[in-house]
Amino acid sequence: MSTTDQHHAAAETGQDKTPLPPAEPKPTADDNAPWIIGFFFVAGLVGSLIVGWIIFPELLYSEKQQPIRFNHAVHMDLVSDGCASCHYFRDDGSFSGLPDNSSCIDCHGFVMGVSDDEEKYVTDYVDQDREVPWLSNPRQPDCVFFSHAAHVKGAGMDCAACHGDVASRTESRVYQENRISGYGRDIWGHSISRLRKPAANEPQTMKMNDCARCHEAQTGHKGACFQCHK
Amino acid sequence: MKIDRRSFIALSLGASVGINFSPLPWKLTDDLSIWTQNWPWTPVPERGEVSYVRSICTLCPGACGIMVRKVNSRAVRIEGMRNHPVSKGGVCPLGLSGLQYLYGPARIKTPLKREGKRGEGKWKTVSWDEALNAVTKQLSELRANDEPQSVAWITGTERGTVPSLIDRFLAVYGSPNFIRPAGAHDTLEQAVYLTQGQLGTVGYDLENTDFILSFGAGLLDGWGTPTRMFRLHGNQDKTRTIVQIEPRLSDTAAKAGRWIGIIPGTEGELALGLAHVIIRESLYDSEFIETAAAGFENWTDESGRARQGFREMVLENYAPEKVSRITGVPQGTIEDLARRFAQADKKVAIFGRGQGSLPGSIREGLAVHALNALVGSIHKAGGVSMVSDPDFAKWPEINMDETASRSRQQPRIDGAGGERFPYSRYLLTMLPEIINAASGDSPVKALLVSEANPLYTLPDTATARKAFDRIPLIISFSTFMDETAAYADYILPNHSNLERLQDVPSPEGLPYSVIGLSKPAVKPLYDTRHIGDVVINMAKALGGFIEDAFPWDNYDAFLKEALSDHWRQLNSRGFVEIRQPSSELAPYEFATASAKFEFLPSTGNNSGGDEPAAWPQSAPVAIEGDTQGFPLVLIPYDSIRLASRHIANAPFMTKIIDDTVLKKQLVSVEINPQTAGRLGLREGDTAELSTPRGNAVVRVHLQEGIQPNLLAMPRGLGRWGFPDDWYINEKGVNFNDLIGPRPDPLSGRDTAWGIRAQLTRV
Repeated sequence: MSTTDQHHAAAETGQDKTPLPPAEPKPTADDNAPWIIGFFFVAGLVGSLIVGWIIFPELLYSEKQQPIRFNHAVHMDLVSDGCASCHYFRDDGSFSGLPDNSSCIDCHGFVMGVSDDEEKYVTDYVDQDREVPWLSNPRQPDCVFFSHAAHVKGAGMDCAACHGDVASRTESRVYQENRISGYGRDIWGHSISRLRKPAANEPQTMKMNDCARCHEAQTGHKGACFQCHK
Repeated sequence: MKIDRRSFIALSLGASVGINFSPLPWKLTDDLSIWTQNWPWTPVPERGEVSYVRSICTLCPGACGIMVRKVNSRAVRIEGMRNHPVSKGGVCPLGLSGLQYLYGPARIKTPLKREGKRGEGKWKTVSWDEALNAVTKQLSELRANDEPQSVAWITGTERGTVPSLIDRFLAVYGSPNFIRPAGAHDTLEQAVYLTQGQLGTVGYDLENTDFILSFGAGLLDGWGTPTRMFRLHGNQDKTRTIVQIEPRLSDTAAKAGRWIGIIPGTEGELALGLAHVIIRESLYDSEFIETAAAGFENWTDESGRARQGFREMVLENYAPEKVSRITGVPQGTIEDLARRFAQADKKVAIFGRGQGSLPGSIREGLAVHALNALVGSIHKAGGVSMVSDPDFAKWPEINMDETASRSRQQPRIDGAGGERFPYSRYLLTMLPEIINAASGDSPVKALLVSEANPLYTLPDTATARKAFDRIPLIISFSTFMDETAAYADYILPNHSNLERLQDVPSPEGLPYSVIGLSKPAVKPLYDTRHIGDVVINMAKALGGFIEDAFPWDNYDAFLKEALSDHWRQLNSRGFVEIRQPSSELAPYEFATASAKFEFLPSTGNNSGGDEPAAWPQSAPVAIEGDTQGFPLVLIPYDSIRLASRHIANAPFMTKIIDDTVLKKQLVSVEINPQTAGRLGLREGDTAELSTPRGNAVVRVHLQEGIQPNLLAMPRGLGRWGFPDDWYINEKGVNFNDLIGPRPDPLSGRDTAWGIRAQLTRV
């Protein structure tokens, strides 16, 4: 109903009423309102991007040092079989994995005085008949069955193809452990978005999709579930 | 500028949009999917080097070969040793549970000294030096007071190097009291000694026989070597008749070709009833009787008196009608069974109830052995024969001092080998009464116990405990905290069987010898010590002649020296098989005065008259209890799922016991539905079982396969010494709480196959 009609209505009823002032658009309290909202939107956006890309990866991983700083390069010079000198296949075909004291004790049965770590190894571990609790980067969850024999002997793969160039390392790498899942950072990869792939001489990522990709390239098929999840 | 709700919403929206353009949600989802599956309780096989240790299981006397599978240094599984001649790759539930005994919470981890009262359970950890010093000091004192014969040592067996070391220690110390529990094989060996004059182990050639007549032997319930019996039963190549004679439908009876129910305690009469039919119908082995037996026909003895022979005695007194009334077996069954048994090509009768831990009466043993002789199964294929027990351990000579040689000649504390029981070697069941009856000091001043648990296994445990209360010093070598260890003053814990290097004697019932070597599968987990080492340590501490008799540094060194030529084979293969001819004598030559099989031997003890009592005349020992107050009869039974010797059931085994045997804390007593109905008892009811020796609360289980008025309860439950997290304490009732020993008048061994009882609803 238009205001004129209202007046007419008021006049017709004969009511003696002060006419209402004409309706006007309400004045805004603040002229910058859209910008506040926009500002907060952007603030939220940027903040969450920072949290997601920078803070989250930082918090997600804990850093640990290996119990003993092991120098692969020095030891590679001293052995004759390369990687297989300490990481070997047993007679029954199982893979020995990380070596225990029995592999080391021939040389490290007593302190040689070569370095602090070497002394620490003998006194804290060999002399006390204790195994070193190495932190294993390529460790997979319990649900995964992986056969080194199938890949090394069967497919003729080189150790470095998956593990990177470990042999020339002189220092132990820092072990970054995912606080939620409990596994090493190498598995997912150091790029939190997985957009940057590791170089050929770095440890390769080892999520299921990584294995599947290589399987598809090499065998034409990603692999059946039960092959790895028995 | 106003920051209001809209700003906040804008912030959240921005954050929501932004977060999805970051890796966070995707990475978090992936991590959570792993985290939610990281269940710490899911068992995961250990990774590492797999190896096997060849060994012999010594949890029971069966001596089965085992392979202990290890990952790195941890034993993870026990499997059978495939090429072991007796067990052939099999392993029984007890053997399979071996790892629970090794790694479980019942282990005694250090030497212990008692604090507080006996049985209170308060212990102080002491060092080995302290414990050994305290023990040898007291033993020294006893010797200095000229009472070395007041020391007694109870152990599980006398065969093997460790028992021999113990006996050697006792000999040179000056005590004759090496005691072990007796079983059915002792009665059989005594029957063989009396009739054949040969002393030694007796075996059954079950693998080659056509007819096995078992008088209650629990062939599938843990008798002999369980795996040997499983395989024998399962081997369907040979059509072998197995007849089980037993008052109750046991697992053995259920799997036998035929089960013959019998009134308990009358097995000997049935054997003679069968003999009657065999003699009457001339089905006996006449060649054996005519050429190699004495006492079959009537004869005149040295003093000119006419003596009745076996033939006439049996024909007169054991006619099938009469035997049928005594045993409850129908006459036709007796006659038919006798004919079938005698006419089988190769046949053997086995004596002994359940797993054979009850010795039984000598007259029953003689009756069954006479039956074997009658059908010509002595020293023949498929029959019963002596087994050479090669003791190829090399022992240096002992030199004793005067104290030792004098005291060693003293009569044994249990009365074995004495005037009353000249042919018996061990009478452990007589010991509690002897100690309790002694006025003044206890005749046993120091008791050592190893591989035995007398406060659990002795009949009438209450009386046994009273007797042990009187003994001033009790030393246990037990690996586990059991009922006897709980009563000890010092515990010097032995390694568990999987941590020990030890020779294993040949198992019972085998027609040849298989010596085994138990090897340590793992390094000792705790501060325990091999009992062989402890005996050598004690000898060295006592010094003098005793020390000289033990010239070895330790047990390992001793064993390698003692086994010498056989060490290599034992070490690599795990066993040595010896199939020598069982007797140096020709098959039908015996070592009796007549060089023949004596059907009616003199049993060597005078009952007052001029002539020695011949066995059939001695009356059978009645079971305890009056029929008014105790109208029913309670008998025990053995099960392969219940360890009833010195160690308690492993949790694995307790898990496989059926609810009809053990439900929660209550053991079931089997009762015939007829009798139950009469007493107003239904399946599952709780009832009070009472005997002249004790009472217990039990559960009722109706069983048609048991005679009316008969009750059956398993052995092996009612443990109280093991720790609570062994899941066995206070479950069921110890059968030995409810029964007392009934010594055989001829052998002194316990014949109590049951006791009178009453069952009332609560």
